[in-house]
Amino acid sequence: MVDSTVISKPQEVKISEVLELLKPRVMSLVIFTAFIGMIIAPMGINPVLAFASLVFIAIGAGGSGALNMWWDEDVDRLMKRTRNRPVPAGTVSGEDARLLGLWCSGFAILMLALTANFLAAGILAFTIFFYVVVYTMFLKRRTAQNIVIGGAAGAFPPLIGWASVTNGIALEPILLFMVIFLWTPPHFWALALVTKEEYSLAKVPMLTVTRGEKVTRRYIFWYSISLIPICLLIAFSSIGGPLTLGLVIVLNIMFVLASHQVMTRDADDSARDNYNREKNLFRLSIWYLFVMFAGLGVESMLHTFYEPYLVWPELF
Amino acid sequence: MAISKEHELYARRKSRNIFVSLALVAFVILVFAITIAKFQDGQLIEGFDHSYRATLLKVEE
Repeated sequence: MVDSTVISKPQEVKISEVLELLKPRVMSLVIFTAFIGMIIAPMGINPVLAFASLVFIAIGAGGSGALNMWWDEDVDRLMKRTRNRPVPAGTVSGEDARLLGLWCSGFAILMLALTANFLAAGILAFTIFFYVVVYTMFLKRRTAQNIVIGGAAGAFPPLIGWASVTNGIALEPILLFMVIFLWTPPHFWALALVTKEEYSLAKVPMLTVTRGEKVTRRYIFWYSISLIPICLLIAFSSIGGPLTLGLVIVLNIMFVLASHQVMTRDADDSARDNYNREKNLFRLSIWYLFVMFAGLGVESMLHTFYEPYLVWPELF
Repeated sequence: MAISKEHELYARRKSRNIFVSLALVAFVILVFAITIAKFQDGQLIEGFDHSYRATLLKVEE
């Protein structure tokens, strides 16, 4: 007798589906910001160790992404943006996602401890814990401040990068942490304005659902204002310089103007142009972070090769 | 359904096995490279098997 159930429907998981579980787009942001944290650090690091550390940081980020998808299966299934993810789509079981997440996380923490140091591995472990347990399991479904507090999880990578090189923490990477921390709410709320019905349907208490659009638009503006002093402090720190100052001025003016445009309109205005300004703000926020961090990376190289930086007024 | 020589199941398994093999080889190479890099950085190499630990020996004047 032939057991037809085994061969009638393929149940083997494709590699592309496994890789999707690791949230490659989030992973790329983590790699980029951790890399910048490494190159702005005052000490050098062997390129092989730097590369290996980035690989393990990326695997840790991927593990936390898989654990997030395992826990959020029910919510993801209800939202158009997430319903095609492997777990809600049924191509990967929740149990497999959980196992993959746990193994990737444990493996990444252990290997980062052996490659870099225990401090970097400890911060990576805390980041994974914060994202999976604090944000995904508790904050996301309970409070409108979910992404405000949960945003800290995405802000840790520059600290991990810096700690991988120096085996310590300093004010400079903490300021980078603050930039991502304060940048996260306007970034996600701009998206939430566009997809607020979906969050409402999935019963996720985003600010747009609990407090309405008007309050969300005001919060977006004030968070974008709050980025300015932090960015200026970075420009006049040991990792800053004229290039950073120029970028800080231009990027923050653009970001504040875009946020102001979003704040001064209502749902009817947005519906008329299909939330065009909100989508623009979301796209601009991605460029804002990318250009700011890339600028800091270039600045750190200029520090090494260009003498006039010695006269730059560093506050600390 | 026509009987084919190979079911899709095997194609899926093959691609997964190739990926896992490559990942394992990459991991071995990476660990080897890390080892070499750590040695080149001049980190203390101590054998704990039947030998003295250099850091525990008294410094002779």
